[in-house]
Amino acid sequence: MSFSWARPYDPKHPFMRWLDERLPLPRLVYGAIGGGYPVPRNLNYWWNFGVLAGLFLMIQIVTGITLAMWFYATNDGAFNSVEHIMRDVNAGWLLRYVHMNGASFFFLVTYIHIFRGLYYGSYKAPREMVWMLGLVIYLLMMATAFMGYVLPWGQMSFWGAQVITGFFGAIPVVGEPLRVWLLGGYAPDQAALTRFFSLHYLLPFVIAAVIILHIWALHIPGSSNPTGVDVRDEKDTLPFHPFYTAKDGWFAAAVLLAFALVVYFAPNALGHPDNYIPANPLATPPHIVPEWYFWPFYAILRSFTVDFVLPAKLWGVLAMFTSILLLFFLPWLDKGPVRSGSYRPMFKRFFWLLVVDVLILGYIGGAEITPFNIALGQFAAAYYFAHFLIILPLVSKYEQTLPLPKSITDSVLHGEEQESAPAGVKTGKKTTSVAS
Amino acid sequence: MADVPVTAGDGVRRRDFLNVAAVSFAGVGAVAAISPLLVQMAPPADVLALSTTEVDISKVQSGQGIKTVWRKQPVFVRNLTDKEIAEANAVPLSELRDPQTLAERTKAGHTNWLITLGVCTHLGCVPLGIGEGENKGPYGGYFCPCHGSMYDTAARIRQGPAPKNLFVPDYNFTSPTTIMIGAKG
Repeated sequence: MSFSWARPYDPKHPFMRWLDERLPLPRLVYGAIGGGYPVPRNLNYWWNFGVLAGLFLMIQIVTGITLAMWFYATNDGAFNSVEHIMRDVNAGWLLRYVHMNGASFFFLVTYIHIFRGLYYGSYKAPREMVWMLGLVIYLLMMATAFMGYVLPWGQMSFWGAQVITGFFGAIPVVGEPLRVWLLGGYAPDQAALTRFFSLHYLLPFVIAAVIILHIWALHIPGSSNPTGVDVRDEKDTLPFHPFYTAKDGWFAAAVLLAFALVVYFAPNALGHPDNYIPANPLATPPHIVPEWYFWPFYAILRSFTVDFVLPAKLWGVLAMFTSILLLFFLPWLDKGPVRSGSYRPMFKRFFWLLVVDVLILGYIGGAEITPFNIALGQFAAAYYFAHFLIILPLVSKYEQTLPLPKSITDSVLHGEEQESAPAGVKTGKKTTSVAS
Repeated sequence: MADVPVTAGDGVRRRDFLNVAAVSFAGVGAVAAISPLLVQMAPPADVLALSTTEVDISKVQSGQGIKTVWRKQPVFVRNLTDKEIAEANAVPLSELRDPQTLAERTKAGHTNWLITLGVCTHLGCVPLGIGEGENKGPYGGYFCPCHGSMYDTAARIRQGPAPKNLFVPDYNFTSPTTIMIGAKG
């Protein structure tokens, strides 16, 4: 799309020529994800996860539409209709387990996609808009997943809805009326269930629309790559089709195999048994936790236990929202000109510390509350903010980066020369090129 | 044409005014069109119609409590013992996060009846402590299992993340053994 050597669309069949003159949709697809989109030739497997996220969105939409054919959004019928799908509807158990676990896999591949962007500096100029649209998609995903989890109207569904809408009650003055307005009542009930179902059906299509913007913005500068070096000429790229369609296709098959193993052999491993108990507005389960993909944020929420000017509850809610919103400012917090973490030794260490920190937050968010867990969660939450607000700006200012390869081709070809050399012979070119 | 003034003295043309007026009018219309989409989300009449609930408390012995429902939310009705009342009154107000005396949270002449929402002011869980044998927490009132908020015998927040005491709804005694929750006075 963006490079002068991109192959032009040249339909051979008379019908395709006829169509191209009237509705150039195949031309658009060819330029976006076909032979007309030149992609850096050195992408590694971490670059597969964006396509995988799109695949899981498709799976969620298809299974969701079929589940909606059987689901009743009523507070006395929702739970039973889900059990009816599980027991009586033909292949209903499969559709529901695919939908349930599809949400987890959607988040898993999206988290890998986000951390790939963090490591390789994919948020840096000129791709800031790609990054920010990606964050919008992520926020929409969280809203959709939360409302979807409420629909089976089990104990976790109900109390999850109560706790999450309770966040809005923390806002001073307008909080409580806002909460009542969002729920359509004083506690989660019929009104909340029906509107969550309506929005849960709507938002995936909004996500699909923002994904189109995300890809559009990506194709202006073109994809980034593991060296972070800009594409210089045609030698640096390969057409998306057939090279990356083939690579994405085989990797998607591998991930779907893992997905099938979970769906068929451990479909409830990522869920919570309490959600197979019908919602009871008068009894809270002893241990309320959200789904695993929200645990890091839940840990940040729970880290505030002492009032300081504002109530602790408001601090928790503010910190939780800030932890995501601050990522919108990431391109301006990390101003280092070198994109890829592979050439940033200091950044690389802090990146892996951040990964460990988020994993700790995730563990704490799902664990029982003990004094030790609260203290560890507070430390990990503080470190999360310190990473983005203190460490990254300082690192990008003071770190000594490694020399970059001259070009993408240069970084790749010396490796190939080594590979094609007889066993045991060192060509030595790779090290000289990096040092130059 | 020449004798019709095209611009006023300050350079604002009549056409500019017409454009601004027309777009503003359409804007007001758009806001008016959106308002039903927003107000439909507020609680409907049938939900608001549940605004009062009558509860018979004649069977609740001293030291016992019952859980009832008002506006689809749990309500705790507790008959405090003399010891619990004494404990609540012994706490200096300066120690409280949300300072209130037991007398302010009950009706005159009925200070043994503590009526509160069973909704933790942190994130809305139902605290334990109203039922027989439930964990009342270290302050003898209520204990929220979700994030560990602890309430005393006057259902005031003493420890944990909740910012406020358990909410005391409007209610009145319609007879010595009946209360009307949701009614003023």
